[in-house]
Amino acid sequence: MALDTVAIASEQPNTLQPWRELGLKEDEYSRIKEILGRRPTASELAMYSVMWSEHCSYKSSKVHLKQFGEKAPHSDALLVGIGENAGVVDIGQGYAVTFKIESHNHPSFVEPYQGAATGVGGIVRDILTMGARPIAVMDPLRFGLADAPDTRRVLPGIVAGVGGYGNCLGLPNIGGEVVFDETYAGNPLVNALCVGVMRHEDIKLATAHGTGNLVVLFGAKTGGDGIGGVSVLASETFASGKAAKRPSVQVGDPFAEKVLIECSLEIFAEDLVIGIQDLGGAGLSCATSELASAGSGGMSIQLDKVPLRDPSLSPEEILMSESQERMCAIIEPAKLSRFMKICKKWDVTATVIGEVTAGKHLEITFNGELIVDVPPRTVAHDGPVYNRPIAKPAYLDSLVPTELPTLDTPDAIKAELLSLIAAPNIADKSWVTDQYDRYVQGNSVLAQPEDSGMVRIDEQTHLGVAISTDANARWSYLDPYNGAKLALLESCRNIATTGAKPLAVTNCLNFGSPEDPGVMWQFAETVRGLADICLEMGLPVTGGNVSFYNQTGAVAILPTPVIGVLGVIQDVRARTKMGIPSAGLQLIQIGNTGDNFSGSEWAHLHGQMGDHAPTPDVGTEVRLIELLLEAQPLFESAHDLSDGGLAAALTEATLRNNIGATIGLPGEFIPGGVAAALFAETPGRVLIAVDPINLSALEVLAAKYEIPLHALGSTGGDALVINHASISLTELRAAYTETLPRLFG
Amino acid sequence: MRIGVVTFPGSLDDSSALRAIRLAGGTPVPLFHASDDLMEVEAVVLPGGFSYGDYLRCGAISRFAPIMSSIIIAAEHGFPVLGICNGFQILCESHLLPGALTRNQGLHFVCTDQPLTVENISTPWTSGYALGQRLVIPIKNGEGSFQASAETLIELESEGRVALRYADKNPNGSKNEIAGITNARGNVVGVMPHPEQAVESLTGPSTDGLAFFTSILQSLVGR
Repeated sequence: MALDTVAIASEQPNTLQPWRELGLKEDEYSRIKEILGRRPTASELAMYSVMWSEHCSYKSSKVHLKQFGEKAPHSDALLVGIGENAGVVDIGQGYAVTFKIESHNHPSFVEPYQGAATGVGGIVRDILTMGARPIAVMDPLRFGLADAPDTRRVLPGIVAGVGGYGNCLGLPNIGGEVVFDETYAGNPLVNALCVGVMRHEDIKLATAHGTGNLVVLFGAKTGGDGIGGVSVLASETFASGKAAKRPSVQVGDPFAEKVLIECSLEIFAEDLVIGIQDLGGAGLSCATSELASAGSGGMSIQLDKVPLRDPSLSPEEILMSESQERMCAIIEPAKLSRFMKICKKWDVTATVIGEVTAGKHLEITFNGELIVDVPPRTVAHDGPVYNRPIAKPAYLDSLVPTELPTLDTPDAIKAELLSLIAAPNIADKSWVTDQYDRYVQGNSVLAQPEDSGMVRIDEQTHLGVAISTDANARWSYLDPYNGAKLALLESCRNIATTGAKPLAVTNCLNFGSPEDPGVMWQFAETVRGLADICLEMGLPVTGGNVSFYNQTGAVAILPTPVIGVLGVIQDVRARTKMGIPSAGLQLIQIGNTGDNFSGSEWAHLHGQMGDHAPTPDVGTEVRLIELLLEAQPLFESAHDLSDGGLAAALTEATLRNNIGATIGLPGEFIPGGVAAALFAETPGRVLIAVDPINLSALEVLAAKYEIPLHALGSTGGDALVINHASISLTELRAAYTETLPRLFG
Repeated sequence: MRIGVVTFPGSLDDSSALRAIRLAGGTPVPLFHASDDLMEVEAVVLPGGFSYGDYLRCGAISRFAPIMSSIIIAAEHGFPVLGICNGFQILCESHLLPGALTRNQGLHFVCTDQPLTVENISTPWTSGYALGQRLVIPIKNGEGSFQASAETLIELESEGRVALRYADKNPNGSKNEIAGITNARGNVVGVMPHPEQAVESLTGPSTDGLAFFTSILQSLVGR
């Protein structure tokens, strides 16, 4: 096909263009023509279509996400906020930490291994782009029911992809989630978090300025994989009967990325770049337009200079390709030879493809012909914005309260507990997490299944960071406003339980179609809740990601805001683990239990959803966090109570080091009785083990923070004994550990 | 005492090996694959990782790195070499050690705290252990199943050249539960478990790996 140039576009205004196939709406296409004063060239159309896709432009979410700015709490810690590749926070001692979660849901459904692998690769490059050395990853994953046939196709591939890529990069995988619910069948959620560390002065931004500075593409060659990935995959639902979309999924080469990381860090260390951007969704279209838009605007690119893996690619394909392991840097000409030398040391291909110009347009030529001439801001930042219709979904009017059995006999306690801990959502996840390297780099202080992942930052000062990701999608389904708040509070509690102080928030908001007013209401409520709770807790949101169109036909996934909280710990040697370390300790529950069965795993086990999420008590949660941090030296172990309630927490705490416990639950004092004491998921509770000699000191602190303590019993023995129901640790372990291997081999 | 750690493209546990040498009291020296200069080190560690992305076969490309030509010659004259995980694979590909590491029996990458027994304490890397001592050291690999011909296995067993053996449970289908071996001379040792990840109780499941690094330092002093 003949090259469609700017000149031809002006001369032949009526050429039919495939804007609809590229995912643009009619009014969006008209708007492009209005901006350019002519029809776009084929290459311009390609750029606008990917950059104006839901995935890149946030066109449905923007009007809501601005609350994160409007309600932002004052924070001295925030060094770089929303808008850059990832936010950066100050953790003291001259260190800055950057962290972010992204989704790679749709590609992972189409091609589980590569979809998940390139999800890890993409988020790691985002972190690297900030100038940071990536130090750890986490992967919150959600699947259809564990025994559903498609879960058996999707889960092993996704887990192997996360491991295969992350392990090969040498990044410890220190946490995440594995959750099953039928709404994720056909829409698995693959969210990937990466955290990186740098010195304050090393922060890099995605900007192109300085006329005459060079645009250098380095890393892997460009191929035909992932073309239109963001516009085709991430912005549409999967309808049956459509043609296979496999070629839209990128293919990852973790070795190339590992070498790219080392090469980039050496380049950063010598301060050789002015600005840098990774090539992820929308590839070169995104990198060039964002760099130019964030700079002075002018940039010229010679597209024929881009090294190709497949020489038959058209200019539009080169612009849209999402080939992995590529970076784009802005470099002063005087520093080019040093830059090239470092690339050669690491065998990384680097090519000058253009320069920063004095103009205001991004101009792209191919073999000397002008094929793109656009104001970069209109591509990168001034995409369409939709204020989509919102309507409270009808299902909320037909919710029914839970009706669950009471636990009157030791046999009933034992039977219910064993079936709960064997449920796929509660059962041991080692089958998954043992496929991830949690040790590499030698700084992993805590990793899954601990309450948070913790990494040592400085060997001399013992400074460290902790990260936790959490979501309770069923609570979000029942009450998205409070669901988002509860997820953030749980994440903060997980951080504090291990001894770190919550500092900053990131998020990955996974929802159904924004064109469904009910889904849009869930989304709006979630963002409102999250912005409110961040303000109440004084925690800045450093960035995030929105993934829409997670639905099959008319059925949307549960609204799933995954919240990541970063915390700081001054001395990692003081961290608290979840496992009971020895016999003869007192077991204590911090916080009160209510009859919060709605949305709980136990209710789910009995086929019920319930009718309301708990109401967050922010004041109490704040005091609880303060208590946890101050009382930490008194704890022998600490474990947050969340999914599966006290029953799950006791199972995990006893099995960790194979030390039993005997506890008594006076059901008459608890609304909901013994069943609630064991299985309710009331927020704001922590299970701790303390040496009896420290008990009075703990009571003084608890009184100071007005947080109730409940003595449960003591540790020791080779069984978990609850109100005369005795379960040997062997039996407990079998129930807890056999589920996933039985399902997945 | 200068101990080198080689970084190949794709090496991952090089920084941890350097740290382990430092914690053991030695002077860690980073070495780069593209140079054949051993920088006057007295022993060398080939660290874990995915050198060259494990393309072709694990260790098959690294074996041809310039630094390896120096190491192979030195090792044939008694220079102490420890290969950990990918380093073990490189030693097998270099024919400094017999056998091969193949895909794990379960076909998955496995990261776990692995019980082991020490079977040979006559090498400079294991002399600080007691014979039969039980260790817990992480394993983390996808291709850790040790395979060798029947004759080679008989030779390794009869000459006492199995250095480490998996205890309790064979995690990957290795022949004779072999987790580590040595050459006939005893100076070259390859192990699949990662002793450099078990040198601090803060970050490892134990400190059982530290003796690999204190052993070599003591052996070099006593030489």
